[in-house]
Amino acid sequence: MSTTAVEATTGVNYLNAKYGIRSWLFTTDHKRIALLYLVSITFFFLIGGAAAVLMRLHLIEPQGALLEPATYNKMFSMHGIIMVFFFLIPSIPAVMGNFLVPMMVGARDLAFPRVNLLSWYIYILGGLFTLYAILAGGVDTGWTFYTPLSTTYANGQVMAAALGIFITGFSSILTGLNFVVTIHKMRAPGLTWFRLPLFIWAMYATSIIQILGTPVVAIAIVLVGLERLLHVGIFDPALGGDPILFQHLFWFYSHPAVYIMILPSMGVVSELITCFSKKRIFGYSFIAFSSVAIAVISFLVWGHHMFVSGQSVYAGLVFSALSFAVAIPSAIKVFNWTATLYKGSVSYQAPMLYALGFIGLFTMGGLTGLFLASLATDIHLHDTYFVIAHFHYIMVGGALMGYLGGLHFWWPKMTGRLYPDGWARFSALVIFIGFNLTFFPQFMLGYLGMPRRYAVYPPEFQVLNVMSSAGASILGVGYLIPLVYFIWSMRYGPVAGPNPWGAKGLEWETPSPPPTENFEELPIVEEEAYAYGVKEARVV
Amino acid sequence: MWFGFPIRPEQASTIAEGIDHLYYFLTAMDLFFTAIIFLTIFYFAIRYRRRSKAETAEQIEGSLPLEVAWTVIPLVLVVVTFVWSSSLFIRNSRPPTAATEVFVIGKQWMWQLQHPEGVREINELHVPVGRPIKLTMTSEDVIHDFFVPAFRVKKDVVPGRYTSLWFQATKTGSYHLFCGQYCGVNHALMRGEVVVMEPQDYERWLSGSKKAETMPAAGARLYEQYACITCHGTGKGPAFNDLYGSQVKLQDGKTVLADEEYLRESILFPSAKIVAGYDPIMPTFKGQLTEEQILQLLAYIKSLGATERKAAQE
Repeated sequence: MSTTAVEATTGVNYLNAKYGIRSWLFTTDHKRIALLYLVSITFFFLIGGAAAVLMRLHLIEPQGALLEPATYNKMFSMHGIIMVFFFLIPSIPAVMGNFLVPMMVGARDLAFPRVNLLSWYIYILGGLFTLYAILAGGVDTGWTFYTPLSTTYANGQVMAAALGIFITGFSSILTGLNFVVTIHKMRAPGLTWFRLPLFIWAMYATSIIQILGTPVVAIAIVLVGLERLLHVGIFDPALGGDPILFQHLFWFYSHPAVYIMILPSMGVVSELITCFSKKRIFGYSFIAFSSVAIAVISFLVWGHHMFVSGQSVYAGLVFSALSFAVAIPSAIKVFNWTATLYKGSVSYQAPMLYALGFIGLFTMGGLTGLFLASLATDIHLHDTYFVIAHFHYIMVGGALMGYLGGLHFWWPKMTGRLYPDGWARFSALVIFIGFNLTFFPQFMLGYLGMPRRYAVYPPEFQVLNVMSSAGASILGVGYLIPLVYFIWSMRYGPVAGPNPWGAKGLEWETPSPPPTENFEELPIVEEEAYAYGVKEARVV
Repeated sequence: MWFGFPIRPEQASTIAEGIDHLYYFLTAMDLFFTAIIFLTIFYFAIRYRRRSKAETAEQIEGSLPLEVAWTVIPLVLVVVTFVWSSSLFIRNSRPPTAATEVFVIGKQWMWQLQHPEGVREINELHVPVGRPIKLTMTSEDVIHDFFVPAFRVKKDVVPGRYTSLWFQATKTGSYHLFCGQYCGVNHALMRGEVVVMEPQDYERWLSGSKKAETMPAAGARLYEQYACITCHGTGKGPAFNDLYGSQVKLQDGKTVLADEEYLRESILFPSAKIVAGYDPIMPTFKGQLTEEQILQLLAYIKSLGATERKAAQE
C-alpha cells in the first residue's frame, strides 16, 4: 500500500501529515507553498491597503487633510510598489497556480518542487528589502521609477526598494518556468492540450510573459542602480543619457505585467462560470487562443504609455493601433463567458457572484481602455485620474475580483472547510458596490483634468474626491469581511467534502484537503474539460 | 454640465470641441456595450436560474457564426475609432506655420515662460485670444509635463531635448496649468495659470511688463560674449545665415536637418556631428550655458533666417 493510499483511508492530508514550523518552512509540497504565499501576499495586501486608506482620507480636502506632500508621495509609491509587485503579480499564479496546476494536470507536484520553495524564499527576501525601504524612510518615485527623478533627484530608499523588486522578479521567473515545464511534461495520460481547463491555458500564457518580460525590468533596475550609485550616464541627460530610454525598458515589462495580473483571473472566471452554470464553456478554443493572443500582443503595446513623451507621431500611430487590437480578444472572452450562461442551470453561490462581478468590472475597465488607446483623447487623459480609474477597474475590479472568486471557489479544497455562503455573497456585493463608488467618480475627475499623484488639488475637484473616499470606506469593509470568515471557517466551518460545488476537474476528484501526493492513483483522463453533461466522472 | 454637474472642462481652444466629440462617442459606445453585457447577464441569470437540484443544463459547444460576429463587430468599431482618433491627433499635432513661439523651461517646481519680445513670466502665461501659440519646451532637471485641461493639450517637458506643443485659445479667461508628470516632492504645487486676453489687452499687458532684451537680441549678445563670432562669423566655422531648417552636409557624408535638437547638440557636444569642410575645433559649451541661454542662442540663429523646409515638423 502506498503512502497516499494510507493517507486517503486514514484522513491524513497535506495539512496534518506533518506538524511544526519546520514542516512548513522546508516543505516542497506545492499545496503548502501555495499557503505560504497566501499568508505572505495577504500581509502585503494589508500594508498596501493601509496606504490606500491614508491616501483617500488625505484627499478629502483640497489642501490635504492628513499628510505632508512628501509623505503623500511616499504613500502612493508604496501602495503601487506593494500592490503590483508583492500582491497582484504573485496573487493568482503563486497561490492558486501553485495549488492547482499540478492537481489540474493530474500530477503529484510541480516539475521542480525545490525550485518552487526557492521562489517563495526569493519573494520573501525581495519583500524584506521593500519593507526595509518603507521603514527606513520610504521612496517617493512612484512605482514607475521614472528617470532622471529616480536616478539623480529623488531622496529616500530608492535602491532598497528597487533591489526588492529586482529580487522578487526572479521568484516570478522561476514560478513561470515551473508552470511551463509542468504543463508541458506532466499532464496525465489522456489530458491533451484541448482538454485542459482554461485556467491552465491562462496560467501558461501568464508564465510565458513572466519568463520573457521580467528580465527586462530587472535590466532596467540594474541600469537605474548603475546610474544612481556610480553615475554612469544612461538615463540622465546631464550625464549624457536618455531619460526616455528608461520608459521603453520599464513599460516593455510593465505593460505585459498588467496581463500577468488579469490573465489568471480570466482563467479563474472560466472555471467559475462553467461550474455554476453546469455547462461546458462556450467557445473553448476561442477563449484559449484569445489568452495566447493577449499575451503576444501585450509585448507590442508599451508605447501607449508614452504618447505625450515626445515620441514620434508614427510611433504613436503604431502603438495606438496595436493597443486597440487587444480589445478584440478581450471582447471575445467577455462574450463567450456571457454566452456560457445561456440555457445553463445557473446558481449563485459566492464564487459565482465574484465571477459575474469580474465580468462587469472588467468590461468597464476594458472599454475605458479604448479612450487611452485612442491618441487624440489620450493626450488629454494621460496622467489624470481617468487612467487611475481605468487600471483599477482592470487590476482591482478585474484581477482582484477573480482572485477572491477563485479563493472562495477553492477554499473548501484548500482547507476542507466551508465558509458561510451568506456572508460571502454579502461581501461580494459590498465589494462590487464599494468599488464602483470609489473608482467611477475618478473617471469624471480625470476628464475634468485632475492629474494623478497630486497631494493637493484645486477646490473644484473636491466633491468627486469626497465621493471616491466615501466609496473607498465601503470597499475597505468589503475586503475585511472575507478575512474574518475565512479565518473563522478554518476551525468552525462545516466540513466541505471532496466536491461541494459539483464541479468538474481533476482537483475535485481527490479528498479535501487533498493528501500530500494529491491522488491515490494518477488519473487517466477520457473526457473534455467542463463535461458537465456527463453524469459520472470518467476517471479510472 | 449635466444636472448642474460639470462633465468636461471648459472648451477654450480650437481643438477642444473635436476632442470632446470623440470622447462623447467613446462614452456612448462604452455605455452601449456595458448595457448589453449587463442586461444579457441579468436576463440569463434570471431566465436560466437553477430551479431544482436534479436539473441538467443543455450542453452547447459554441457557435462559429456568433464568434465571427462578436469578433468582426468590435473590430469594425475599433478601426473606425482608430481612424477618427488618429486623424484628429495628426491634425492637432501640426502647429500652424504662423504660430508665435514661446519658450518654456520646467524646473522643480516652477514654470518659467519666455515671450519672444523678452517678457519673462513665472507660473503664469499670458496669451492673446485667437492667435496660435507654439511652445518650445525643455527641463532643467527631471521630466515635467505641460498640461492645460481647458485646451486639451499635454506634452512632457524632457531634460536634454526639446518638445513642443501648440494651441490657439478661443475664449478669454484664466485656465489651470498643471504639471502632469510626477516630478518629486512638490509636484502637486507645480501649478500655474494660462491667462487668455483680448488682443488689445494683451498688447497693453505686454507693453506694461518689464522687458529684458528680446530673445534674439539676448542670443546675439551671447554670440559675441562667448566668442562664437570668432569662428562662425569669420568662415572658420559654418555660418548661421539661413541655417535653421536647412539640410546640413556632414563630414561622414550624411545629411542632417538643422532643427532645435541638432543646434542644441552642436553647442553642447560639438564633436557629435562635424559639418563637412570644417575642422572639429569647437570646444563644448556644456556646463557654461544655462537652458535659457541655449534657447536665446537658438532664437538668435532662427532670426538669421530659416530655410523654407520648416524644421517644425513634430
